[in-house]
Amino acid sequence: MTQHDMNLSRRTLLRGAGALVIGLHLPLPARAQSGAGAAYRPGGNATFAPNAFVRIAPDSTVTVLIKHIEFGQGPFTGLATLVAEELDADWNQMRSEHAPADVKLYANLAFGVQGTGGSTAIANSWEQMRKAGAAARAMLVQAAATAWKVPASQIKVEAGVISHASGRKGSFGEFAEAASKLAVPENPPLKPASAYRLIGKEGAVKRLDSADKATGKAQFTIDISAPNMLTVVVARPTRFGGKVASFDAAETLKVKGVVDVKAIGSGVAVYANGMWPALKGREALKVTWDDSAAEMRGSRELVAEYRKLAREQGRVAGLRGDAEAVLAKADRVIEAEFVFPYLAHAPMEPLDGFLQWDGKEALARFGSQFQTTEHQTIATILELPPEKVQLETMLAGGSFGRRAQVSQHLAAELAMAAKAIGPNRPVKVVWTREDDLTGGYYRPLFLHRLRGAVKDGKIIAWSNTIVGQSFFLGTPFESMVVKDGLDATAVEGANNIFYEVPDFRCEVHNPKVGVPTLWWRSVGHTHTGYAVECFVDELLQAAGQDPLQGRLALMGDKHPRAATVLRAVGEMANWKGPGPIEGRARGVAVVESFSSFVAQIAEVSLGSGGEPKVHKVWCAIDCGVAVNPDVIRAQIEGGIGFGLGHILYGEITLDQGRPVQTNFDSYRSLRIHEMPEVAVRIIASTASPTGVGEPGVPPIGPAVANALAALGHGRPRQLPMKGGTV
Amino acid sequence: MVTLKVNGTTHSVDIDDDTPLLWAIRDNIGLTGTKFGCGVAQCGACTVFIDGNSVRSCVTPVSAVGDSDVTTIEGLAGKEAEAVQAAWIARDVPQCGYCQSGQVMSAIALLKENKKPTDRDIDLAMNGNICRCATYVRIRAAIHDSARALEG
Repeated sequence: MTQHDMNLSRRTLLRGAGALVIGLHLPLPARAQSGAGAAYRPGGNATFAPNAFVRIAPDSTVTVLIKHIEFGQGPFTGLATLVAEELDADWNQMRSEHAPADVKLYANLAFGVQGTGGSTAIANSWEQMRKAGAAARAMLVQAAATAWKVPASQIKVEAGVISHASGRKGSFGEFAEAASKLAVPENPPLKPASAYRLIGKEGAVKRLDSADKATGKAQFTIDISAPNMLTVVVARPTRFGGKVASFDAAETLKVKGVVDVKAIGSGVAVYANGMWPALKGREALKVTWDDSAAEMRGSRELVAEYRKLAREQGRVAGLRGDAEAVLAKADRVIEAEFVFPYLAHAPMEPLDGFLQWDGKEALARFGSQFQTTEHQTIATILELPPEKVQLETMLAGGSFGRRAQVSQHLAAELAMAAKAIGPNRPVKVVWTREDDLTGGYYRPLFLHRLRGAVKDGKIIAWSNTIVGQSFFLGTPFESMVVKDGLDATAVEGANNIFYEVPDFRCEVHNPKVGVPTLWWRSVGHTHTGYAVECFVDELLQAAGQDPLQGRLALMGDKHPRAATVLRAVGEMANWKGPGPIEGRARGVAVVESFSSFVAQIAEVSLGSGGEPKVHKVWCAIDCGVAVNPDVIRAQIEGGIGFGLGHILYGEITLDQGRPVQTNFDSYRSLRIHEMPEVAVRIIASTASPTGVGEPGVPPIGPAVANALAALGHGRPRQLPMKGGTV
Repeated sequence: MVTLKVNGTTHSVDIDDDTPLLWAIRDNIGLTGTKFGCGVAQCGACTVFIDGNSVRSCVTPVSAVGDSDVTTIEGLAGKEAEAVQAAWIARDVPQCGYCQSGQVMSAIALLKENKKPTDRDIDLAMNGNICRCATYVRIRAAIHDSARALEG
């Protein structure tokens, strides 16, 4: 990722400050759920808009325009917390909504474009959103000072109430209009941490989206309807790289409710009045596919090729000393090969999007995770200037990486579907679960081959060869992560490990395979965390060391934050070694990802049919300043459940190029009875906040595997642990 | 024409009688709280009540509904519903929130049958509802909270 540019951050804030109300009026048919005549107008009826992020209405509600998509990780709450803290607002007056697509105002300061990912929402907004709140507060205070004829320095703001020692009191709403006429302060001072009332305070903040989500009122893309709207499902190639050779829509067009059928770039689109006619229409469609350029290999063939590649010289990603020479002379070389399957993200809401256009202007509404590039893609396909295309980000039912599309394929399909049917026919493209699971963009299949040697209780050599597809090489996003031909996301966590090993080597091969792949919650750490933390455990076992104490010894004093979470988790679980005790064993793992440090201990037994049963997980996390402790706990609980479900059961297998698993009956997802109890400790820190959406995921797999080793079952070499078919 | 009684209101909709209740509710009646997650009764996001019994609307054709009373999340009433939704909000259960309508419906169905469910009862009643965000720890806690509130 490009470096966070603080100058850019300030410029962006000030540029936003200049525009009191951003012109976003869109003369198109009304949005169905907003009432007749309501145009897309972020911030509603606010009278005070000091910058791009804060809108204060006469009723004193403060609406924060959130530049990051909310699909569960909590930016609606987190970014609003940062504003409310500096504004000294009462939490009950805070609201959140998505900011429109506008790269000048709403870029992710870690990326340079508007987008969400890499667990950066809080980290990149930390200063920007506090300044936005502080500027608004200063202006409200000045407006009150002028009205009351007292110095601004004598005015207090507490829980949304502006007051003066003379007994005068006022609300934000009362001074909103007067404040809107004042100059925006250039560099408002920020509170010291000791003055925080919301940031880091237990119970001070509740999620702003819980009530709507518990009552079915939250609106997702799939819930959009509009007059004259058509629901679109697309028949896509059954193999990756396949194309439509020909199709016969005669039977489809006989289905009641089907309106039209069109070939679009991604397949054959069926347009209908509602989802069921669209699905029946697609079922009746006869398509002949041209697989001449399609990927025909299955997982089995790919694994065999990867095994061979893992024995050839790859691109060096990490090097210290001469591991090969030490291994060649070692009395005993310990080897492990780990195979990681393709994985689908399977967000609960499958991909979908809404688009309406009249040939001159367009409004797209969907769970956009990379607004800037998706906005450009839609404008390009519709042949409209970008300023004639509005993009409204919707709440999305999960992503886990799936909506962060390097290829822009959903935005492109949405625009193509709209263009093919012509103007003034709003379209809603909906993917089914089968479309989702067989549609690619998986966590790539990976193979790790590790070799190590131990002497006198110490690890003396470590060699790791990694094989897997890169989803960055050859894409427009390449410059973000690829340096000297090395895709950092394929080796992160493996080419630089916590453990002091004098002779160390890490190599990577990125074979070309025609299966579209993508980042998946915690990206490279999904496989490197497992491989590294299982292998170090195995070497420590061979060296006769305790898994936890042995790790600490190998870290020395070079990784104090990793050591701290490891010690903390040991204390939480009252660690006395892996056991087993009464049939239950414990495994430990520690991973740094997205600049946060997470250690976990899993307590595991073998259940019916030899299936691992995870009873409890202890977790310690250091993510810098903990802005919303309860959201962090929720992300750790969820990250553990997400990670656990996939290492136990998750697998997309390709058979002659075709995905085998098509729905949740075969792509097994973790269910409530398989969820362990979770205890979380957040390490107190004054460091800038870092990621929490992803870092909970990587340690759970190796922690469970290391416990299984203590139960005498070895560390599973092939995932998923249960029912793997490759 | 198919006639459906949803949340106390009778609707006549011009759809084939093999249409799953889910799509009739969402696309024809316009109630979108009930969600599509899999279409094959594997995930529970589409859970509604038919004459008080919890069913998966994605695999229930409208022809099978007849003149039964359909209740969706928009039409909930009663002390179990109030207790469950209050507990869901107090615990900040939802993350992405997409499956939560179905989770809430299943939790209410459980508490109507069983005033004081054990963890095992919760496992059995709730394991048809997938949450990809894995909010299960809080779902369990919120059901226990609801039971305590109902004991009152």
